[in-house]
Amino acid sequence: MAQITLKSLAHSYSPSPSGPEDYAIREMEHVWHQGGAYALLGPSGCGKSTLLNIISGLLTPSDGQVLFDDRVVNELAPEERNIAQVFQFPVVYDTMTVYDNLAFPLRNVGTPAAKIRERVAEVADVLDLTSLLKRKARNLTADEKQKVSMGRGLVRDDVSAILFDEPLTVIDPQLKWKLRRKLKEIHERFNITMIYVTHDQLEASTFADKIAVMYEGQVVQFGTPRELFETPAHTFVGYFIGSPGMNLMEVARTEEGVRTGTVDLTLPPALRNAIHRSRSRNIKLGIRPEFVEVLTEPGEASYPVEIDNVQDLGTYRIVSFTFAGMPFRARLGEDRPLPRRHAYVRFPEAWLNLYIDEFRVEVGQ
Amino acid sequence: MNKVYNNRAWFLILPMLMLVAFSAIIPLMTVVNYSVQDVFDANTRFFTGTEWFEVMLNDPALQAALLRQFAFSFTILAIEVPLGIGIALLMPKRGWQASAVLILITLPLLIPWNVVGSIWQLFTRGDIGLMGVGIRELGYAYNITRNPADAWATIILMDVWHWTPLIALLCYSGLRSIPDAYYQAARIDRASKWAVFRYIQLPKLTNVLVIGVLLRFMHSFMIYAEPFVLTGGGPGSSTTFLSQSLTTMAIGQQDLGPSAAFSLIYFLIILLVCWVFYTAIMNSQKDNTTQGGA
Amino acid sequence: MSLILENIDHVVNGAVHIEGVNLELAPGSFNVLLGRTLAGKTTLMRIMAGLEPPTRGRVLMHGEDVTRTSVRKRNVSMVYQQFINYPAMTVYDNIASPLKLARVPREEIRRRVHETASMLHIEHLLERYPAELSGGQQQRTAMGRALVKDADLILFDEPLVNLDYKLREEFREELRELFKARNCIAVYATTEPNEALALGGHTAVLHEGRLLQYGPTEDVYHRPRDVLTAEMFSEPPINVVPAIVSGTEVTFDRNVHFPLNRDLAGLSPGQYQFGVRASHIGLERQAKDDLELEVQVDIAEISGSETFLHVRNELFHLVLHLTGVYEFAVDQPLKVYFPTHKIYAFDRNGDVVHIPSRPGAH
Repeated sequence: MAQITLKSLAHSYSPSPSGPEDYAIREMEHVWHQGGAYALLGPSGCGKSTLLNIISGLLTPSDGQVLFDDRVVNELAPEERNIAQVFQFPVVYDTMTVYDNLAFPLRNVGTPAAKIRERVAEVADVLDLTSLLKRKARNLTADEKQKVSMGRGLVRDDVSAILFDEPLTVIDPQLKWKLRRKLKEIHERFNITMIYVTHDQLEASTFADKIAVMYEGQVVQFGTPRELFETPAHTFVGYFIGSPGMNLMEVARTEEGVRTGTVDLTLPPALRNAIHRSRSRNIKLGIRPEFVEVLTEPGEASYPVEIDNVQDLGTYRIVSFTFAGMPFRARLGEDRPLPRRHAYVRFPEAWLNLYIDEFRVEVGQ
Repeated sequence: MNKVYNNRAWFLILPMLMLVAFSAIIPLMTVVNYSVQDVFDANTRFFTGTEWFEVMLNDPALQAALLRQFAFSFTILAIEVPLGIGIALLMPKRGWQASAVLILITLPLLIPWNVVGSIWQLFTRGDIGLMGVGIRELGYAYNITRNPADAWATIILMDVWHWTPLIALLCYSGLRSIPDAYYQAARIDRASKWAVFRYIQLPKLTNVLVIGVLLRFMHSFMIYAEPFVLTGGGPGSSTTFLSQSLTTMAIGQQDLGPSAAFSLIYFLIILLVCWVFYTAIMNSQKDNTTQGGA
Repeated sequence: MSLILENIDHVVNGAVHIEGVNLELAPGSFNVLLGRTLAGKTTLMRIMAGLEPPTRGRVLMHGEDVTRTSVRKRNVSMVYQQFINYPAMTVYDNIASPLKLARVPREEIRRRVHETASMLHIEHLLERYPAELSGGQQQRTAMGRALVKDADLILFDEPLVNLDYKLREEFREELRELFKARNCIAVYATTEPNEALALGGHTAVLHEGRLLQYGPTEDVYHRPRDVLTAEMFSEPPINVVPAIVSGTEVTFDRNVHFPLNRDLAGLSPGQYQFGVRASHIGLERQAKDDLELEVQVDIAEISGSETFLHVRNELFHLVLHLTGVYEFAVDQPLKVYFPTHKIYAFDRNGDVVHIPSRPGAH
């Protein structure tokens, strides 16, 4: 059991890094609290695997410290950190039975046989492996093997955290949700810190209470799935989370208001003032397709647009339109009326997010 | 179902069949033919039935050669397999050292059989050979032409030197194909070095080891050139293995019938041992606790 | 240029891979083969391509029997799951390779490679080698090779599975555009119902080697012929609940009753399976005749902007598809609303007997 703290942590694979682009992990502070269910989400190459290896001890960071509770563990090997890890491809000891696989980590440290029996029985029960205990591990299906490798982490009562590295990649799609539920159950029952690394927003948001979104070696947001959806802290989070991602428009200050492309925007005063106060030239407004209103008749603060394309996805539709020269998308329920070609759109102010230099700025009312 | 069978494709294997016929079936049949006849000259021959087989199976010299052969084959396997695995485990995994070691290890494999015999013949000579002289210097009266134990030990040493690299190479490639995740998982499970070997490396090596052991077994059963050059089968007949007995009989004494019968027995023994061995290994890999078709 | 499959059976070592498939693909059409793994999609494509002759049946390409014609003599190209390119050739040479084999004049090759590359947005990468490209770019190159040669038939075997979902979104939109102006037949295999919907065109639903239904994609989705088609062509799968209609009432498993409404009035008494789409069950009452069900949360699967909520009670296991992010604890009690006017009814054989009307349809 431990709280994992990353203190001024950074990592570069090059021996003499000259700039931020040489860093796989840019300097960061982060705390994973004891007992939390966390995800580390990001596209390939964002540094999430590097960070995972630093936490597990397979890689020593070039700068900063990793702390388990108050202990600096930078120099400790994985076996000394009491960390369990579940890999992308199931790792089981082929020639052993399921029982021996589960007992293996305990036997390695000389646990008494009676205690081993008790722990293995308990873990096998949670993971629904009891009926398979006598089977050779090599003959299991991929999801069973993955449960066995998870079980090897759970049998130890000294484990401070379990790390998951894309653990559901090889699982049959129809079985995935069951395994996801199993994971959540286990988390609630064992009160172990779990960190789940993935590039898939569904895996991350389903498993984790809080998600760290990584982009170019930085954690750009650490929040609940709902926060990532409603208030993305960075334009990348807006783009990466949700299908389709957030609509973003570059805006510029004018004498009396705010303009995007050739269109003058009607904005609430608080938002307009926030934009006017900023010195940056990189100002964007973002709104999710779910919140864009598509109207057949002009309304208050609506803008006329031309509809380019409609994708019918069965019970909802994705409407693509061009607004101020930029491609936009709106998501429309099947019951909503669909304009033919000319339409009007509204951007409800509650769902408009302001980004200055790519990071979200809270606008007071 | 009026399924259409297109059987023309079978013609494509005709050339292969013919090749096999010329290279294997026809020679084998000739041998079978000889084994059931007593041949005096080109025109005089008698049908003898299984007589030659009985004679051969009861010949004490051949029985002794067969026993010697088994003793030899199992001894070299018992040394080469663990030694080969050991070397493979110690070999560097990457970098120029890996390539250098690979080349060094492979060298003995590139030397022809009879040359190996000659090299060792020189090497072990009591008057000028490095090893022969060296051992005598240590005070042991080493002599492979007089002392059967010395001759045996030398032949085994020679075979180990010549063929352990093959096992080592096979194991090395087997070890390289184990994904890193297995080693990482084992570290996290706090497995000892021995446990890593026993539960990760050895199971993953089983397949290459089966091939290696079969190859080495067949090879060793056919060993001829090296002991022939090194010891000539002596002293006495202490290092006369099966193939040499056979050659002496067939070529030296022109006993075509008995040697043909003996060849067939020899062939069947190799086939039988290989089959038993292969089946045993393959069965041990199956999960005997798996119930009906699961 | 149409492609017709007639009574195709395919049996390998006694195992039936394809059984009695009849399919006619119109010239210039975009067709999706939808089915789970091992439904027979790849086998069927290999038969279309001529990589494998069927055990029984005929393949007709613009009226001509090509069942036994080898793939080399048909004008076919194929894109695979794996990004298959020649590693020692540049992107330009990769795309040009089918044209060089066909001995197309040099100038013509140059023109067509550039045209294809710009269509696929990889014109700036023509000098690079496949190893220097990202996964998406490699797949674009492989597609370039398939598109450049003006094939009569282009087959895509789950080309996007190895790409991450953001790239998949982009590709789906582009693919539709790419094929609008072409006169070839495109066949696209996928396991994902939503991909079939996004691609549009026509969809053939395959299950265990049999063709369940073929037609315009929206039509197959909204008007499935039977319960299996409805389940295969929906993600999350349509919720199916056994129901008994007697007199003026519907009963779910003896316990839940509700009066037959106007929509379902035509159903004669008997046993049925009722299907309700995951997105039609809600957390709030939408109409006054919605059924209120008390359930427990199995798990809330959250996909960034939507939530797949698995719930159950003693009688059912249901999946809800909600727009937006909803966080629920495992086993949390909850009320959900089951719409009685959006029900598909299937008879005991699984054949559809009632399809709900769609308010938004036009």
